[in-house]
Amino acid sequence: MAQLTLPKNSRMTTGKTWPKPEGATNLRKVQIYRWNPDDGQNPRLDTYWVDMDSCGPMVLDALIKIKNEIDPTLTFRRSCREGICGSCAMNIDGINTLACIYGLDEIDGDIRIYPLPHMPVVKDLIPDLTHFYAQHASIMPWLETRTNRPAKEWKQSIEDRKKLDGLYECVMCASCSTACPSYWWNGDRYLGPAALLHAYRWIIDSRDEATGERLDQLEDPFKLYRCHTIMNCAKTCPKGLNPAAAIAHIKKMMLDRVV
Amino acid sequence: MRYLTDRKRATGLGSAHSGAEHHWHMIVTSVLLTGLVPMFVFTFGLGLGMEYDQAAAYYSRPFPAIIGILTLLVGFVHFRSGVQSAIEDYTHGFLRKALIIAAIGLCYTLAAIGIFAIVRIAL
Repeated sequence: MAQLTLPKNSRMTTGKTWPKPEGATNLRKVQIYRWNPDDGQNPRLDTYWVDMDSCGPMVLDALIKIKNEIDPTLTFRRSCREGICGSCAMNIDGINTLACIYGLDEIDGDIRIYPLPHMPVVKDLIPDLTHFYAQHASIMPWLETRTNRPAKEWKQSIEDRKKLDGLYECVMCASCSTACPSYWWNGDRYLGPAALLHAYRWIIDSRDEATGERLDQLEDPFKLYRCHTIMNCAKTCPKGLNPAAAIAHIKKMMLDRVV
Repeated sequence: MRYLTDRKRATGLGSAHSGAEHHWHMIVTSVLLTGLVPMFVFTFGLGLGMEYDQAAAYYSRPFPAIIGILTLLVGFVHFRSGVQSAIEDYTHGFLRKALIIAAIGLCYTLAAIGIFAIVRIAL
């Protein structure tokens, strides 16, 4: 059944309010979801005060500043700090996005940061993406060919290459899938917008020779057809991609096989 | 706790190799309803406020009766598919199957009642 309330051990409690840094005049309040699997406590919302005069412009800068200067136990993923690796995806101000490319000035009032919604939490802002990655692997995200490998390269026209634009840029941050209500309720079977966008990226690749098998694998009431074009995925994608359009294209190809 | 690999969990029982037909069915009935519903509203609207005898005579004409029957039939077939999707979205396991059976039964019953009523008035 769809979960409309949080389980008892997942309900938020009021967390610790950390002292304001001394001498700072330009402060912003940052509230961050905290949960430690080892202390047996419910999740809490800790409050930090960040001196904006000595903080970088992005949400990730504020998180790193908090970890370095206030609370070293704060746990989050980050790597490239420029929107390429997808590690720092989290729910910021109610939007799933990448902390490294989301500006602090884009948020009015207090800054509230939670892990990506409806995923098991490993610790603090780190969601467990094991199933998400396994779903990605299941769509065979690689070039499948039957023809003998050409001597030099698999050729592709400029027009066919252009079809991959808006698809190959996905960094698998999981912002879209975790913003999708269909993925919340049926994430065990529904592949979700990210995996389906990647599936379409290989289906539409002119060099790939497993188009039929790929479509066969996806033709399923749950794997594909749980998408009801809610469009949360396109709205939230920090890279500006449109997974819903990719899914619609897959559905259209399915129809082209039937009718 | 089951010792399944992540890949096995993601693959599950594999693809059902169905869904495209259901999707096509929804498109077909949606397109038909975009024409039928305005015609139904128009024909049914003309009959509103009539005396019983007048209304019976009006619905014994082929056009309002056929439009009424088609709207009911296509509408409930469309509703059946839509409500099945909604049930699949929000329920799991045995409850899902039981609710789908109940919803389909209800849709066919309501369609049959509506069509019977129109046929009875028309003939």
